[in-house]
Amino acid sequence: MRLSRSAKVVLGVITALVFLFIYLPLLLVVVNSFNADRTFGWPPKGFTLEWWGRAFDSPGVREAVVSSLWVAAVSTLISLVLGTLLALALLRYKFFGRDVISLLVILPIALPGIVTGIALNNMFTTILGVSLSMWTVVIAHATFCMVTVFNNVIARLRRMHGGLEEASADLGAGVFTTFRLVTFPQLRSALLAGGLLAFALSFDEIIVTTFTIGAGDTTLPIWILQNLFRPNQAPVVNVVAVVLIVVSIVPIWLAQRLSQDSVGIGATRVKATEG
Amino acid sequence: MTETLAAGRQTETDAVPAIRLRKLTKEFGDTVAVNNVDLDIRQGEFFSMLGPSGSGKTTVLRLIAGFELPTSGSIELEGKDVTGMAPFERDLNTVFQDYALFPHMSLIDNVAYGLRVRGVPKKERQERAREALERVQLGKFVGRRPAQLSGGQRQRVALARALVVQPKVLLLDEPLGALDLKLRQQMQVELKELQRSLGITFIFVTHDQEEALTMSDRIGVFNNGSLEQIGTAHEIYERPAGAFVANFVGTSNIFDAAHAQKLYGRAEQVCVRPERLRLSWTDAAPEPRAGVTSRPGTVTSLVYVGHATQVRVQLDDGPAVVVLTPELLTGGDADLLDRRVTVSWDDAAAVWLPSGGS
Repeated sequence: MRLSRSAKVVLGVITALVFLFIYLPLLLVVVNSFNADRTFGWPPKGFTLEWWGRAFDSPGVREAVVSSLWVAAVSTLISLVLGTLLALALLRYKFFGRDVISLLVILPIALPGIVTGIALNNMFTTILGVSLSMWTVVIAHATFCMVTVFNNVIARLRRMHGGLEEASADLGAGVFTTFRLVTFPQLRSALLAGGLLAFALSFDEIIVTTFTIGAGDTTLPIWILQNLFRPNQAPVVNVVAVVLIVVSIVPIWLAQRLSQDSVGIGATRVKATEG
Repeated sequence: MTETLAAGRQTETDAVPAIRLRKLTKEFGDTVAVNNVDLDIRQGEFFSMLGPSGSGKTTVLRLIAGFELPTSGSIELEGKDVTGMAPFERDLNTVFQDYALFPHMSLIDNVAYGLRVRGVPKKERQERAREALERVQLGKFVGRRPAQLSGGQRQRVALARALVVQPKVLLLDEPLGALDLKLRQQMQVELKELQRSLGITFIFVTHDQEEALTMSDRIGVFNNGSLEQIGTAHEIYERPAGAFVANFVGTSNIFDAAHAQKLYGRAEQVCVRPERLRLSWTDAAPEPRAGVTSRPGTVTSLVYVGHATQVRVQLDDGPAVVVLTPELLTGGDADLLDRRVTVSWDDAAAVWLPSGGS
């Protein structure tokens, strides 16, 4: 379709405005983390690394960063294993209830975080009777992180030449050898992309986390929420927010470069939780 | 059909066949893909399974390879029952239609794969893979990836990969289908030579009757999941066992039972190959000769095919027939069309088709 010159200009301006609206506030947070003015007056009075220094010195922040990284890493690991197994099962085998299961797998990413959170909280505390901890957060995160891995892997499997596994079996390789030498190498970049997305999802998740985290534990987003309204902590909150932005955006960017096809649903979720 | 099958079986009793199929049946839901197939394939034979798409030939191949399990019946490999075995437990290898080369491996790793999973030490398997690639004239390309090769080269890699593990039987699933005509004819010759020098049993699936006729020791013609006929190229072409084979392998002029009754006094289908028909450009009845049948007709169309001309003639008292005549026809289509002609053939060239065929 050809666009007239004026249409191009108008569309360009609208696009620019929308992006400004989305990214200017983020930029402001980054700038303010270096702003010498404690009340964030505009324009910034001067450049300082004081807030960054304070953030690094704060045991609360350090603990929260470590917790978030740990939760994200473990839930990503669980998601990689379960997501891959699910994708293989749903694509390679026909069995009763296959369609229902493939819907049930995707559903957690569409469910509102607050519903998932309340449901899991109920499950852990009243039904199972386990006390909330970092592990319950990991399990809760894995329920939706799995979906990004699953989506990436199943998209790759669909495009993968089904004959490759047959050829491998034909040449004498058993099921596990075939997976190790043929299937896994084909999935590698899809797993990396899905895993990075899962990591990013878990790292900045707050709603489900609020309902499943143990008393006294903090992840980075929880720390921000707790310190947001303490005036003397405001500059440090900005620093933590910048860390959160960077740790979330880099994996998404990498994942998008690695797999052009299936990051869609993961990316929507990220926007939904951030918004 | 049953006669041919029985004949095929009798010759096998002395030696153990490379592949023996007994009452092999495969159903997918309601459709019967393979219906009660009995087949013996001899050791060292180049056997083609010929048939239109959907005739069950590829399913039979996949059953032999072990990618599908039969609904009923049995498969023996050199006398050993392999019906329930996984593909990796069967001592045979496949060249796939689209080659199925591993895209993340170099050519040498692709070819060495079968040796690798068998635990052959790295140095030895590299050496053997290199030799196998040299045998198919790809010795220079060992480090390349499959994506960097042409279709014909990939085909050779697939062949080398399947042969390097020295299988008892090699299965080939329309391996030449994706190649252009010239390359295809060249590969036909190469495959045949390779098979002869290795002495391995080749089972070759194709829908191309010419390919089957030129390459095979024997051919099995499939239709609707059943074997219509088994025989040498000569037998299949000269003595088709039914109307299906007569039409699928080459072209045939088939006279139905009513016409055959008038011609020969026998109410069964009879067929004559187009190149066995002779044409004389007059409708004056020729002198009757013993063993020759002649019928007048009118030319309805002409197709020049290079080495001959296909002339379509509507017989006055019979069906339209196609005559393949090698003579150079002078005059334009306008002169030749609607001309009165006489078509004649030796009675020995007429083949009776048992009505059981189809």
